[in-house]
Amino acid sequence: MIKLNSIESLQKFRDSITSTRTRQGKRLISLCAGSGCGAYGTSGVYDELMKELSLQGLQEQFEVKLTGCHGFCEKGPIMVIYPDGIFYSQLKKEHMAEIVEKTLKTGELVKARLFKVESTQKKVSLEEEIPFYNLQKRIVLGNNGVIEPTSIDDYIAVGGYTALEKALSKMTPQNILDEISKSKLRGRGGGGFPTGVKWKTCARFDGPRYIICNADEGDPGAYMDRSILEGNPHSVVEGMIIGALAIGSSQGYVYVRHEYPLAVKNLSLAIEKARDYGILGKHILGSRIDFDITISRGGGAFVCGESTALMASLEGKPGRPRAKYVHTVEKGYREGPTTLNNVETWANVPIIINNGADWYCSIGTENSKGTKIFSLVGKVINTGLVEVPMGTSLRTIIFDIGGGVPKNKKFKAVQTGGPSGGCIPEAHLDLGVDFDELSRVGSIMGSGGMIVMDQNTCMVEVARYFVEFLQDESCGQCNPCREGLKQMLDILTRICEGHGKKGDIELLEELGAMIEKFSLCGLGTSAPNPVLSTIRYFRDEYEAHIKDKKCPSGVCKPLFHYEIDKDTCTGCMLCAKKCPHEAITGIKKEPHILNQEKCIKCGICYDNCKFNAIFIK
Amino acid sequence: MANKITINWDKIQDIIEHYNSNPENLLMIMQDITNLYNYVPPEAIPLLKKKLNVKESLIYSVATFYKTISLEPRGKHIIHVCTGTACHILGAVKIMDAYKEELNIKEGQTTEDGLFSLEGVRCIGCCASGPVITVDKEIHGGLDRSKALNILELYKRSSERGEVERG
Ligand SMILES: Cc1cc2nc3c(=O)[nH]c(=O)nc-3n(C[C@H](O)[C@H](O)[C@H](O)COP(=O)(O)O)c2cc1C
Ligand code: FES
Repeated sequence: MIKLNSIESLQKFRDSITSTRTRQGKRLISLCAGSGCGAYGTSGVYDELMKELSLQGLQEQFEVKLTGCHGFCEKGPIMVIYPDGIFYSQLKKEHMAEIVEKTLKTGELVKARLFKVESTQKKVSLEEEIPFYNLQKRIVLGNNGVIEPTSIDDYIAVGGYTALEKALSKMTPQNILDEISKSKLRGRGGGGFPTGVKWKTCARFDGPRYIICNADEGDPGAYMDRSILEGNPHSVVEGMIIGALAIGSSQGYVYVRHEYPLAVKNLSLAIEKARDYGILGKHILGSRIDFDITISRGGGAFVCGESTALMASLEGKPGRPRAKYVHTVEKGYREGPTTLNNVETWANVPIIINNGADWYCSIGTENSKGTKIFSLVGKVINTGLVEVPMGTSLRTIIFDIGGGVPKNKKFKAVQTGGPSGGCIPEAHLDLGVDFDELSRVGSIMGSGGMIVMDQNTCMVEVARYFVEFLQDESCGQCNPCREGLKQMLDILTRICEGHGKKGDIELLEELGAMIEKFSLCGLGTSAPNPVLSTIRYFRDEYEAHIKDKKCPSGVCKPLFHYEIDKDTCTGCMLCAKKCPHEAITGIKKEPHILNQEKCIKCGICYDNCKFNAIFIK
Repeated sequence: MANKITINWDKIQDIIEHYNSNPENLLMIMQDITNLYNYVPPEAIPLLKKKLNVKESLIYSVATFYKTISLEPRGKHIIHVCTGTACHILGAVKIMDAYKEELNIKEGQTTEDGLFSLEGVRCIGCCASGPVITVDKEIHGGLDRSKALNILELYKRSSERGEVERG
């Protein structure tokens, strides 16, 4: 087994890997094995590809890597063939023989598997020609596509652990603290707190200090932390070691969701490998520094993402937050000074150390530097993970990268910041996304969830959804959050069921203001956001529910029904066939009839009609 | 209700020892026990109490605080319907409704025959392929009502076949 007991030995080791790889001259085929693609069947595709390569005698010329998430999850499984970057998507094992036979042997493209750009309807062959990728700046996610997350050698070969080398050999702890401060890095977990300030404060307090990585990723709809841990776990490990050097800590923890088994697996393996190599544990790379990392699995409680709750959970207790008169940088885990950062924050650290704070500051806006990863999901054509410089406009992200709203429907709003965030309407689409701009329009950056909503999303129901979520996840310690959210939920449910009353909107606003002011932790103080922001921008929808007893988006079942437009219906019979309750009848080529008594408003007819003949009333 | 189980005490001991009998790892110990039985049999609590040297009240408060822990038996197959925001917008409610109807149980319940438990989960990180469910550890994405019901059929049939083979 290799043991790297000095910085030089790591450098030599890296040189030997890269020179062996250059000598072999194998071409790289990268196959995405992230959770998204995995769900579509990467493993079958991989087996078939390996079989075809050996059948056609090409196994010596290609190296197939099962990588982490490439981000374009909706189009999975994805394959990229380097060095050109030929991009194939939505693969099945049946496609492998042809791809090997044509593309790998002779360079001929398999047209059917190429990606079609929605706006131009043209097929393109290279990853860099796809708008989804070419408008991004993937400094954190970039290596996801070219390394095997289970191979520490891969990480080292692409320059992994060079930042650690630099921090160990050329920088004092104070230098590291200064560099991170100068980079203006802000926490990616939601609050946007300056990382440098946090580290410096923590380093001032005595006692065994702890380093924690927050991988609880509670925002339902965001999964960038998962992808980093699954696809490039060493980048987080390296960031944490550098943090430990700066602050002076010998023990780190990663608190990761139990719902992310692959992330847990890849991270465990990464830690084990790093320990074997002498990069973690006692005397890191032969230095006098000791640092090790332990994984702790969370139990599916949203509030455990909050710093004090997380630390209570790490101690084996229920994850209940405490008031922060004393900050966790002074007294956190086991009462020791503790630095807690988010996964994406940690992954930015080696990048800053390697490239310098000045370079980092050249990306982004005045007060938000670097890039941010967004999880672009919901009613948008290209869903997936998108990494862009801070300050990129919502319009660019949703329409240029995301390709806009599917099925020619109308964009209504984008929800950012998860359950603590807000809904932003079309009028603010040209806003450059950074920490400050988003809060200016009543939302927050949060961890980077970006959920696109179209004409068929009911904003009142969305608000109800979030409040229900938060009410359910509230730890119940403080009165405003426990009781206040319950009252808000009751009112919102009433409105959605058609029993809204005059004055409900004002009552919601009043309750919201109270919960915001007096709750114990961040869960409560931000909980009214989804309600307040939807009232701010979509008051008319609330009024339609309350006054007219109508849900214009066709979501709240008691407040709408479907009708068939006699003039548009071509009598194609599709809806009648698909209706699970036999509520639609009619004969071919004649307008169909919808029996309101039988209709359960499942929306299958509405979604499937090719002629828009079914409408919401 | 779900089948009665016999507890393998050695395995539970092993789990506790794997975590060095450290009470800070109580939650993970219970998760690993859940991997064995789909729930934490309350009979195991006295052993946890003794080995970890913690109060019984702490064990109960941890077990009831976290969603991944259940002290009641659950079905042979656990269906988790993602109710995260992305899946919600894409129609997760319809998927949940379809299962409720078909299995004739509410969210959080187990079928009479002990075959299925139906639960909600707040995001499993496959938001781009919503609506998403997991059955046991298997992820299924891009669902609509009929696809969701087909998956159920698959599990029903495979367990019927299982029964036949065994019988
Ligand atoms: C209710 C609640 C849930 C949170 N969930 C998360 C989470 O899932 N992941 C995360 O990184 N931060 C979460 N945070 C923010 C953390 O408390 C903390 O600010 C963050 O992890 C610090 O790291 P950063 O400075 O790198 O962002 C949450 C905060 C609150 C109030
Ligand atoms: S919201 Fe369903 S997987 Fe994330």
